Amino acid sequence: MAETAATQPSRSRDLDKLLLRPGNLVGPRFEPSAQLRDDVQNHARVLVVGAGGLGCELLKDLALSGFHNLDVIDMDRIEVTNLNRQFLFRVEDVGKPKAEVAAKRVMERISGVNIVPHFCRIEDKDIDFYNDFMIIALGLDSVEARSYINNVACSFLASVFFSPCHEIEYDSDDNPLEETIKPMVDGGTEGFKGHARVILPGVTPCFECTIWLFPPQVKFPLCTLAETPRTAAHCIEYAHLIKWNEAHGGTAFDPDNPQHMKWVYDEAAKRAELFGIPGVTYSFTQGVVKNIIPAIASTNAIISAACTLETLKIATECSKTMSNYLTYNGSEGLHTKVAEFERDKDCLVCGPGVLIEVDTSVTLQKFMNLLEEHPKLQLTKASITHRGKNLYMQAPPVLEEMTRSNLSLPLFELMGKLSKDVIHVNGMTNKNNQKVSCLRKLRVTFKGVDGVTDMDTAGGA
Amino acid sequence: MAEPKVKYDRQLRIWGEQGQAALEKSSICLLNCGPTGSETLKNLVLGGIGSITVVDGSKVEVGDLGNNFLVDESSVGQSKAKCVSSFLQELNDSVKAKFVEEYPEALIETNPSFFSQFTLVIATQLVESSMIKLDRICREANVILIFARSYGLTGFVRISLKEHTVIESKPEHFLDDLRLNNPWLELKSFADSIDLTVQDPVAHKHIPYVVILVKMADEWAKSHGGKLPSTREQKKEFKDLLKARMVSQDEDNYKEAIEASFKVFAPRGISLDLQRILNDSSSEVDSNSSYFWVLVAALKEFIANEGGGEAPLEGSIPDMTSSTEQYINLQNIYLAKAEADFLVMEQLVRSILKKIGRDSNSIPKATIRSFCKNARKLRVCRYRSIEDEFNSPNIPELQRYLTDEDSSIAVGIYILLRAVDRFAANYNSFPGQFDSATDEDMPRLKSAAISLLSDLGCNGAALAEDLINEMCRFGAAELHAVAALVGGIASQEVIKLITRQFVPMSGTYIFNGIDHKSQLLSL
Repeated sequence: MAETAATQPSRSRDLDKLLLRPGNLVGPRFEPSAQLRDDVQNHARVLVVGAGGLGCELLKDLALSGFHNLDVIDMDRIEVTNLNRQFLFRVEDVGKPKAEVAAKRVMERISGVNIVPHFCRIEDKDIDFYNDFMIIALGLDSVEARSYINNVACSFLASVFFSPCHEIEYDSDDNPLEETIKPMVDGGTEGFKGHARVILPGVTPCFECTIWLFPPQVKFPLCTLAETPRTAAHCIEYAHLIKWNEAHGGTAFDPDNPQHMKWVYDEAAKRAELFGIPGVTYSFTQGVVKNIIPAIASTNAIISAACTLETLKIATECSKTMSNYLTYNGSEGLHTKVAEFERDKDCLVCGPGVLIEVDTSVTLQKFMNLLEEHPKLQLTKASITHRGKNLYMQAPPVLEEMTRSNLSLPLFELMGKLSKDVIHVNGMTNKNNQKVSCLRKLRVTFKGVDGVTDMDTAGGA
Repeated sequence: MAEPKVKYDRQLRIWGEQGQAALEKSSICLLNCGPTGSETLKNLVLGGIGSITVVDGSKVEVGDLGNNFLVDESSVGQSKAKCVSSFLQELNDSVKAKFVEEYPEALIETNPSFFSQFTLVIATQLVESSMIKLDRICREANVILIFARSYGLTGFVRISLKEHTVIESKPEHFLDDLRLNNPWLELKSFADSIDLTVQDPVAHKHIPYVVILVKMADEWAKSHGGKLPSTREQKKEFKDLLKARMVSQDEDNYKEAIEASFKVFAPRGISLDLQRILNDSSSEVDSNSSYFWVLVAALKEFIANEGGGEAPLEGSIPDMTSSTEQYINLQNIYLAKAEADFLVMEQLVRSILKKIGRDSNSIPKATIRSFCKNARKLRVCRYRSIEDEFNSPNIPELQRYLTDEDSSIAVGIYILLRAVDRFAANYNSFPGQFDSATDEDMPRLKSAAISLLSDLGCNGAALAEDLINEMCRFGAAELHAVAALVGGIASQEVIKLITRQFVPMSGTYIFNGIDHKSQLLSL
């Protein structure tokens, strides 16, 4: 066997040096061997979320770093403005689904790689879908999408999905059990700037723990737009946010509709002329209305590569991991820095969960009302699951009808008469004066019941 | 031509049409098209670089299929340069792609004039001795040179050229040019024409803060012997005076004035950075001077005379709470002064050009305008030659890096990357390159590193054993993820160098993929 291995040139000639040789600056459980390389190649499944600027680079990088079983999910179609950096796409591909073309192109060029594309929204997948992957790599461009995936990954921390007999998966020090940690690697870019971070739910801060890193978007005061515009952006947003509705009643403004955009531009230009304000151009109008973020190939390449390296390290322990947040800025010289952020022990998403104490007589409906009023949660339109079972679902109509009768039943009974347990609630909450969807973990304890199962001790066998 | 422009929309928003034009005019040479070089070039091709020439003498091996996206199954056995250049051509058909099947070392030895035809050379995976030779050739021919290398989980990027000047440095955060501490006549008159004590509450809260501060600063100066607030107590007193003028809590213009009052306290005149540029010997211009230094010479004169110690006014003002009318008027006053300053500068530039025997129209109006707008933000980057750095690095800096915990791995990598080249010169392969000899390689590499440190004058400095071990483990592997990262950084620097916008990095960037504590070393 050794002979043939030596005479046949290895495709993974370079990667082999990292995975087959022992080292000292490596992870604690590093087991260098051909087996390790083969396990990564044959068994490790990684999900790439997003097939745009970061996603294309991630798929290539992961495939050429030994990962041959990838999935990619993206709901968008290819546009001309993608072509300056999303190198898997050509002019002929415009209009086709990004996930599908990306998967196809990488598989064409790198033999042995299998990539399953998913042309849909991340919310369209069952939570179980995400649990199938060893690591999730994010190449997203919105805070909301990141929040969603973060919620999903963190929900695996203390849930027991197909096994009602299992105990809660925290040990006595409130440390999450390792098998339930779903690692994520998250990248983001904007012009010459970017970040790459490693999220190990329960260990490192999750996305929610450091949500303060993302400042709220600037909104112009209404009176400025309406009465004292001074800049081109004011004129544009007036046309976009105020004049459009006045003139078009029920029709929603569609930023991808060139006629809608032209209308806004014309109105903005008129207003600008009226007030003597310079600077309204069609390009600028698009930028303001669509909140276009400038993007180039190089920054995406850097950040995706950093994410891939960390993914490889998490999967194999072939080197030390980044702890835990890398920022990069290439506009003025070159600045990279790794900061070690700390978890928020009370994080609503990756923490043990908000504690709610109720009477055994409280009905599910009453419980949902409590969630609305709870100062930390303020959750409306709640859908509730307990150990994988739907207690009440707001949608789709079929499920709503099926679970409606649970509303009048006591929560205590619906939760199998456990004295305390974890439930997950999907709903709407307020953030920066906007209603956003969220997933929250709650620890429910029932007053006056002697516990058979104790939430504070580790699972038995 | 409309089609290509839409494709580049997302990057045009960063460097504009001029930047894009500069990219499309340039020709780049890549040496060695393993993943490091290929990834660097891929990013530039996507961005619309004018033409590329890929130089590599090797043939595609099976092992290359595992780390290079730009070669595929059908390429095995063929010229790597040929395969990479044809895939790059596919990525963007407006780029002119060529290849030369030749080892870069051979070209450097036997055909140095080959490099003169290029705007910029990207040299990847070269060893120390070749780097030094190539650097000499490119400096002689005035060709921009950038080195990039991936080695296991480490790598580096280093720009090398004598001087790179930047007018449009576009710093992210830079103070606006409002001259609240030094208003000119027209601005003062405008402020005088506005009454802060106006009765109408709407008018009162729509007076722009610039006007408020100019008036209040003037009042203060009149009662303080012509001086502006300078001590802590005075600055507090000034802010209190502003607060006292508010008639209600929702007057955003006054809140903005209080927040911006530091602009009144700021010293007049130009920054130390700009002063250093003006004092540079290159500002004594002659017929060989670049247009940048001619402009600097004009700037020097302007500041000394018409500018009264100030650079030309930048001309734009930030948004602020104000009635539309007053804001527009204010805007026009700033624009007018900027224009007037520009006209003076233009005359100075033309007369200097004449004096040094050049065509007085050889610097376009648009360039002079841009220079005026960016005068406070000029940058001059200079790079030591590779030979100088390698033979006589900045020892105190080197010592500092070696003893500082945060940079010790990075500087260790720097030393070891040179040590592996010396090892290779002695033993004809890199440490750990072949599975067989790794046990002997470790002490050999260690002694190469120690002797290098001693040559550099750092006797007694120690490199972590673990790190030396790692370098042997890497065995000169070119890992795709590291190559993509190093290539990404190199491509970004190329863009800054060619568009002449934003500020390129200085020194040597050491990529530390072990714990990501990468570092810029200035040696």
